[in-house]
Amino acid sequence: MLLPPCTLGANVENAAFGCRCASLNARHRRLRLARRRSRVATTSPCCNAVSGSLNRHHEFSPTQQLISRGGTGLEGKSYFSSGIPCAGEVGMAITSRGFSGRRSAEAGKLPPGQYLTATFPVLSAGPTPNVPLDRWEFVIDDGTNVLRRWDWKSFRDLPSETFTTDIHCVTRWSKLGTTWEGVSLDTLFADLKTDASYTLVRSYGDYTTNVPLNDLTNHQAWIAFRFEGEDLAPEHGGPARLLVPHLYLWKSAKWVRGITLMQRDKPGFWESLGYHIYGDPWREQRYSDDK
Amino acid sequence: MWRVGKVVALHDETAMARTITLEVPDWPGHLAGQHVDVRLTASDGYSAVRSYSIASAPNSERRVELSVERLSNGEVSPYLTRELVVDDRLELRGPIGGWFVWRPQQTEPIQLVAGGSGIVPLMAMIRSRASAGNTAPFRLLYSVREPGAVWYGAELQSLLDRDQSVSVTYAYTRAAPKNWPRPPSRIDAALIANTTWPSNLVPTCYVCGPTSFVESAAGLLTACGNSPDKIRTERFGPTGDRR
Repeated sequence: MLLPPCTLGANVENAAFGCRCASLNARHRRLRLARRRSRVATTSPCCNAVSGSLNRHHEFSPTQQLISRGGTGLEGKSYFSSGIPCAGEVGMAITSRGFSGRRSAEAGKLPPGQYLTATFPVLSAGPTPNVPLDRWEFVIDDGTNVLRRWDWKSFRDLPSETFTTDIHCVTRWSKLGTTWEGVSLDTLFADLKTDASYTLVRSYGDYTTNVPLNDLTNHQAWIAFRFEGEDLAPEHGGPARLLVPHLYLWKSAKWVRGITLMQRDKPGFWESLGYHIYGDPWREQRYSDDK
Repeated sequence: MWRVGKVVALHDETAMARTITLEVPDWPGHLAGQHVDVRLTASDGYSAVRSYSIASAPNSERRVELSVERLSNGEVSPYLTRELVVDDRLELRGPIGGWFVWRPQQTEPIQLVAGGSGIVPLMAMIRSRASAGNTAPFRLLYSVREPGAVWYGAELQSLLDRDQSVSVTYAYTRAAPKNWPRPPSRIDAALIANTTWPSNLVPTCYVCGPTSFVESAAGLLTACGNSPDKIRTERFGPTGDRR
């Protein structure tokens, strides 16, 4: 699925499919783009994230009617006027009889397959660890030697940055424009010489996740300790979590305690349990078998 | 890879929840606790995908059951619980997940703690245990709003009637049956201490429900002496996503 992000969370697989449906899909995409341009001021965010649902109430009926005209009467069967089955038999998405769905104005900002939420859902594998600040430390090592170590005070004495970013969870919610305060990994890695290309990020509670070193530097990652002006809550990773927002959020390890530099990539917790080794939301790298 | 499942049965668990039985010809099998992604596609190609836990035990009929709670402002759940009819087809991806799972090879005591529709993957574990002939002792603590909101109630009762090594404790949060010993309230330390396995038996605990419920239950289990690495959690709900 190495395709440009598809704006409406639609089936990017289809576009790669070499049948007439592909060109039809291309037409749909153009129409969707036109539609995206046409809907501007009519919508406003009114999200209320309840489980597993896109919590938006906007429909944009005039253009939607335009788009759905071609499908009317063919629902559940095929896009082919010839009557040749397309769905199912050749791997195309099947149309869900009677489903129209909801589109959101911000869909263009979302990676494929994501929906927008205004709340801040939680995904953790176990209980939330309690990490007292007087015992907190953050260590960079190479698997053998400790290269850098901070306690809470020396960590907080480092220059911090306030930044605003979008975050994307593999469980399909995305949250736009979140504001954090944290210490850039560039600050933590300053003057550190290494020939390692990979890292394993380690947490209190024994969670681990792997991230290439290049994804942690160059102003792409922070150890964050404040969210929307407040100290980071324990269930969201407080006292401090990694934030590497250009990857799915499971890479942004909560309750972070250190980073181990590695010569070779090695899967972390979720990466060993069916989730993608790298996790780029824009390429929809959710599960191990995603390209 | 997306698979196509045909709806072969629909069953209302409550006024707000429906179980969908799908026949998936190329289903590779699953483990109790895993989930699937379900994709709905509109006639213009727009699609929406949500994750749902699998309710059924692994079986040879290549059947997959999903129990879905209807969220009034949801995009997918109203369709699945209202529009879908038998013989419709649904696209599925999965099974997914390798952490929040119970395997029939496990023999240690199992503590299940469900909040509301968090019962689904835990029911899959109970069913999987039964179909595999596994005799590991299971306890379920099932927190639910009121008696009418219980899912799989009759099946749980019939299981209790014939299998002494399974026990279920209901904890009602809004309304309890008449003469129920515990007034409606959220789970608390006393309930966890009195109804879950003693920690010296080293049970594996599976906790599933809304985030606030899971935070609370997992914390209480830890406070009772259970090691955090024996507690597996899955969260959803107003601040979560699954189901």
